[in-house]
Amino acid sequence: MTTSAGAAVKAAPWKDPTSRPYVQVEHITKSFGDFKAVNDVSLKIYQGEIFCLLGASGCGKTTLLRMLGGFETPSAGKIFIDGEDMTGVPPYERPVNMMFQSYALFPHMNVEQNVAFGLKQDRIPKPQIQERVATMLDLVKMGDFAKRKPHQLSGGQRQRVALARSLVKRPKLLLLDEPLGALDKKLREHTQFELISLQDKLGVTFVVVTHDQEEAMTLASRIGVMNHGEIVQAGTPSEIYEFPSSKFVADFVGSVNMFEGKLIEDEPEYVRIGSEELGGTIYVSHGISAPPEAIVWAAVRPEKIFMSTAPPSGTDNVARGAVQDIAYLGDLSIYLVKLPTGKVVRVTQPNTSRHAEAITWDQLVYLSWDATSPVVVTR
Amino acid sequence: MTGRGLVVVLPYMWLLLFFVVPFVIVLKISFSDIDLAIPPYKPLLEWVGKNSLAIKLNFNNYVFLFTDGLYVKAFLNSIKVAFISTVLCLLVGYPMAYGIARAKPKWRNILLLLVILPFWTSLLLRVYAWIGLLKGNGLINIALLSLKIIHEPLTMLYTPFAMYVGIVYSYLPFFILPLYANLEKMDWQLLEAAQDLGCRPWQAFYKITLPLSRNGILAGSMLVFIPAVGEFVIPALLGGPNALMIGRVLWDEFFSNRAWPVASAVAILLLILLVPFMMWYQSVQARESAGER
Repeated sequence: MTTSAGAAVKAAPWKDPTSRPYVQVEHITKSFGDFKAVNDVSLKIYQGEIFCLLGASGCGKTTLLRMLGGFETPSAGKIFIDGEDMTGVPPYERPVNMMFQSYALFPHMNVEQNVAFGLKQDRIPKPQIQERVATMLDLVKMGDFAKRKPHQLSGGQRQRVALARSLVKRPKLLLLDEPLGALDKKLREHTQFELISLQDKLGVTFVVVTHDQEEAMTLASRIGVMNHGEIVQAGTPSEIYEFPSSKFVADFVGSVNMFEGKLIEDEPEYVRIGSEELGGTIYVSHGISAPPEAIVWAAVRPEKIFMSTAPPSGTDNVARGAVQDIAYLGDLSIYLVKLPTGKVVRVTQPNTSRHAEAITWDQLVYLSWDATSPVVVTR
Repeated sequence: MTGRGLVVVLPYMWLLLFFVVPFVIVLKISFSDIDLAIPPYKPLLEWVGKNSLAIKLNFNNYVFLFTDGLYVKAFLNSIKVAFISTVLCLLVGYPMAYGIARAKPKWRNILLLLVILPFWTSLLLRVYAWIGLLKGNGLINIALLSLKIIHEPLTMLYTPFAMYVGIVYSYLPFFILPLYANLEKMDWQLLEAAQDLGCRPWQAFYKITLPLSRNGILAGSMLVFIPAVGEFVIPALLGGPNALMIGRVLWDEFFSNRAWPVASAVAILLLILLVPFMMWYQSVQARESAGER
C-alpha cells in the first residue's frame, strides 16, 4: 500500500534544498512569563507528510501545535502556511483544522450536526453539506450513527466523529493532538493504520502531537523529537532510531544501552572507545568529530546484540555477564545481563524457534555486536 | 422501622407540620364565610340536626376574585413585574456569571463571595439603603447635582424604575448562582473547536455557550420569577402606593380588611398559578442532573 506519506518519504523533499515547504516555522518562541514553553523552534514541513512532534509531557509540543492552529500567538518568530504569513491570524481564518485530544464534540448536537457545523459556517448550500457530511461519515464508518448524540457514543466512535468533523472542510493542514491517547491498545493499532489510509486518500498534510514513540514511529513520515521547548532532532523514524544525535534522543526512542567511555583512537574511518562501564573496548566503524580524549557515549540497541554461550572472537565489542532477568513477551524475549563492572545490559532476541537449550536465569553468556551497530553520541 | 425509614420519616413529618397543615388550614379558610368574630370566619363543618354533618363550601370568595377587576389586575401586574425583573436579571446577571466562570480560579471564590456578601445583611436594611440613594435629596441626586450633570433632582423613588432596581438588586444572586454552577461545568475547549471550524468569538458564544447554558438560565429565571410574583415589600417601599402587587393585595385583605376568606383565596390562587412554573423548574433540574441537554 503506497501512502501519501510513504510517497513523501520516497520523494524526501526535506533533502532537496530547492523544494518549497508547505509549513514553515521560523524561530518561533512562546513564553509564559519567565517560562519558555517553545524556545526558538524552526521547522519545515512538506506537503503530504505526516509529521509527528514527539516528546514527554511539558516539552512544548502541544504549545507549538496550538500556535500552528492559531490558538496561541507566538512571542517571537513567524509561521508560514502555503507561503502565506499566518503568524497573527485567528483560527477561524486559517485553512487549518484541529482534532482535539478530548475530541471537543458539541454535546447539544448530534453526529451529523457536529460534522456539518464547519460547513454551515462557510455558508455552503444545504444539499452540498448533506452530501459531504454523508460521504465523510461513510469514510470513517460512522454512517449509521448520524443521529446519535456524543454521549451515546463510545470513545472510539467519538474519535471518528471528531476526525470526520476536522476533515470535512478539506483543510490543507490537519493538526492532531494525541489522537490515539484515549484508545485501548488493539483499537489504537487499528486506528493508526486507518489514519494513514485516510491521509493517503485525502492527501492532507498531518501534524501529530504524541508522547507515544511507538505511535510516532508507526504514523510518521518524519518525527521531530522535542525536549524543553526545543526540537532536538528531526528526521525519518529510521534516522531517529538508528542515528540519534544525542543521548536524550537515543534513550527516548526505543530502548538503548549507553556505554560511557573515552576516545582511545580517532580515525576518519573508525573510532575505538575505552569504556570502564563495559570493561573493554568498543570499535565503531565510522568516524566522529570530537576533541581528542573526549568523553563519549556509544549507544547500542538491544536487538543488535548477539548473545551466546560460546565465547565470540575478537577483543572489541564483546562482554561477558550473567543473565539477571528475563521478560517473555511472546514474539521476543528481553534479557537483562549483568556485567562484572555492575552495568546491566538489555538484550532482546526474537523467539524464532522453540529451542530446548533456551537461556535461563543466572546463566553465563557472551555478548557481542557488529562494528556497524554502535552510534556514538557526544552529548 | 428500619433506620432508613426513620431518616425519611423525619423530613416528611417536617413537611407535614410546616407545609401541609398550614396549607390545609388556608384552603379551609378560603372556602368559608366572613364573620365578625374571632377568628373572623365561620366554621366549615356544622352539625345540622342529629347525626348529620354539613360541609359548607363557599365558592363566592373565588368568584369574587375573578369578577372584581382589582384582583385580576393585581395578579397580571405581579406577573408582569416578575417577568420584567427576570429579564433584567438575565441581562445583568448573565455577563456577571460568565465573567466569574471564565475568571482565573483564584479569583472565582472572591467574586462569588462578593455576590453573596450582601445577603449577610438584612434585606430590609438594604432596601432602605436604596431609599437613601434614590430619594430626591439622596446620594445619587446630590452627586449628579454637584457634578452639574443635572440641574434639578431626578424623581427616582416611588417609581417603577426604583421598584425594578430594588427587585433586580435583591434577586440577582438567585440568578447568578445557578447559572454560574452551569457555566462552571462548561468545556471551554468547545469554543476553541467552534473557532477552529470557522466561528468568530461572538458566534461561538451564540451557537455553543448560550444553548449549553440553557438549563442554567432556566433555573436562575425560575428562582427569580417564582418568588418575585409574590414580592410586595420592595414594591411597597420603593415603588410607592401605586405599585399594585398581588402580595400587597393579600396583605391588605388580611390585615386591613380582616377578610380572611378572601385573603386565603388569593393565597391559594397564587399557589396554583405558580405550580406549573415550579414543575417546569423541577423538570429542568432533573434533565440537568441526568446530563442531557
